[in-house]
Amino acid sequence: MLEARNLGYRVGERWLVKGVDLAVRGGEFLAVLGPNGSGKTTLLRLLSGELRPSLGEVWLQEKPLAAYTSERLARVRAVLSQNREMGFPYTAYEVAFLGRLPHLWGRRESLEDHAKVEAALGRAQAAGFKERLFPSLSGGEAMRVEVARLLAQEARLFLLDEPTNHLDPRYALELLCLFRALAYEGSAVVAVLHDLNLAGLFADRVLLLKDGRPVAYGAPQAVLHPALLEEVYEVPFHALGQPGAFRFLLPVPKEVVHGG
Amino acid sequence: MTQPFSFPRSRRYRLALLALALLLVLSLLLGAGLGAYPIPPLAIPGILLKGEGVEYQVLTALRFPRVLGAALVGALLALAGAVLQGLFRNPLVDPGLIGVSSGAALGAAIFIVLWPWAGVLEVYALPLFAFLGGLLATHLLWRLARTPLGVQVSVLLLSGIALNALVGAGIGLLTFLASEQELRSLTFWTLGGFSALTWRLLLAGLPLALLALFLLFPLARPLNALALGEREAFHLGVDLEALKRRAVAGAALAVGVAVALAGGVGFLGLVAPHLFRLLAGPDHRYLLPGSALLGAGLAVGADLLARTLAAPAEIPVGVVTALLGGPFFLYLVLRYKREVYRA
Repeated sequence: MLEARNLGYRVGERWLVKGVDLAVRGGEFLAVLGPNGSGKTTLLRLLSGELRPSLGEVWLQEKPLAAYTSERLARVRAVLSQNREMGFPYTAYEVAFLGRLPHLWGRRESLEDHAKVEAALGRAQAAGFKERLFPSLSGGEAMRVEVARLLAQEARLFLLDEPTNHLDPRYALELLCLFRALAYEGSAVVAVLHDLNLAGLFADRVLLLKDGRPVAYGAPQAVLHPALLEEVYEVPFHALGQPGAFRFLLPVPKEVVHGG
Repeated sequence: MTQPFSFPRSRRYRLALLALALLLVLSLLLGAGLGAYPIPPLAIPGILLKGEGVEYQVLTALRFPRVLGAALVGALLALAGAVLQGLFRNPLVDPGLIGVSSGAALGAAIFIVLWPWAGVLEVYALPLFAFLGGLLATHLLWRLARTPLGVQVSVLLLSGIALNALVGAGIGLLTFLASEQELRSLTFWTLGGFSALTWRLLLAGLPLALLALFLLFPLARPLNALALGEREAFHLGVDLEALKRRAVAGAALAVGVAVALAGGVGFLGLVAPHLFRLLAGPDHRYLLPGSALLGAGLAVGADLLARTLAAPAEIPVGVVTALLGGPFFLYLVLRYKREVYRA
């Protein structure tokens, strides 16, 4: 579905991303991890076609990304960004309906389009507040509406930029469960995450970045090791739980600060 | 559940459009009827059918070019305002406030002073030059106001102030240099007026006006996507550069024609889209035609007030629109202040 070979992006003399190889098939969930400023978001922007790579190429469904028009691209891949800014009072329904846009070029919207948006709102658990104004929604509600917009887009590849930011644990889990289910149904998911444990729980594969370079790429059990994580994040990690099963990772301060 | 899908919003959009179309017809009839020689508005269809008499002459030679011209100017300004607000993703944008109208006025004024011998061609060339002035101003604003974080409203409005001041100086200078016949007064370019409208002017501006409509109306869907953000619009398949070029050219064309016909009538481009959003909602597929209808109605109404309030004298129509639009803008600023600063 999605493939990147020796991907690099340079601003001036500085490489924000360099030497990244990855391949995501339909049915897979790839988590991109790394400290702040390690190039995760830049990588996602390269994969979405927003930025042209300085080096290497991204392939989507056996075709280079550059061969797609933005409109055809939008029928294959959907992106959840971090921006929730909206200057105009659209309703939640109208925002979700924007997901149909790539399918509406040169034709009028049909009842079928509306049915798909309704179904997407239902699946994202946003049907209850579809007539409310988007700017008046809480962070969690707005995120659900955005997810409904992505579902209405009927893409095969989902790129998510820190989707669990500002979400409480329940919303975060529900959101990742939904995308995990979409992956099981055959879509491909690439998510930039901050939470190592969520990545371990939901991802088939993990890409660990540091300073724009890939440090490790593989199954979560292999990549999420305290020693490796300490090297990347520069803080010690403890692994909790039984060896063999998924082990929860906990960053611990080097010195314990005692009160009083 | 009486029907599978219920969209109260979409019904509201259609009702609003219908109501505004009726309102426009009403204002056109009133505008054509009232004046120094009053004609009962309801008798107008009958008079037109008869096709003769003083009343027919008054209607076809004086009133119709004026009210239809006012409607066209109002529609173009409101449409340009709605599109620019969508493009800059900010509801505080108005072609007059950010200097697009001034740019168009300067273009027109330069043409009149530089080619006083244009003669017959003037009615055709004037809108073109106004368009070029408006295009330059809009393009400049886009370049100035865009930051890596999107369009910043403060930069946009400040650029508008600077542009307006510069253009004001330019027009003042041209007025000073030009003879009275060459250049209509400074008041015309800054406050506008519909008194000079003739069939000839109107027909000359019509092709460009239609071109502007043709450019702007198909932008409704991409503008809806742009409301989410520039990157989000790209993710939804919008070609941002193409959208920007078309929106800037179309808006400059609309404002150029409006300014060439009626000078700088202010605030219609701000007020009409806002009222429509309050009436129905922000969906550009309805907002664009709705704003055009509302702007046309408002312009005809403002012109009616301008020529009847102090009859037989005439108030510049820009004074009327500014009297209505100024307080409205203040209200918007206050609301913006409350939203952003919780003050």
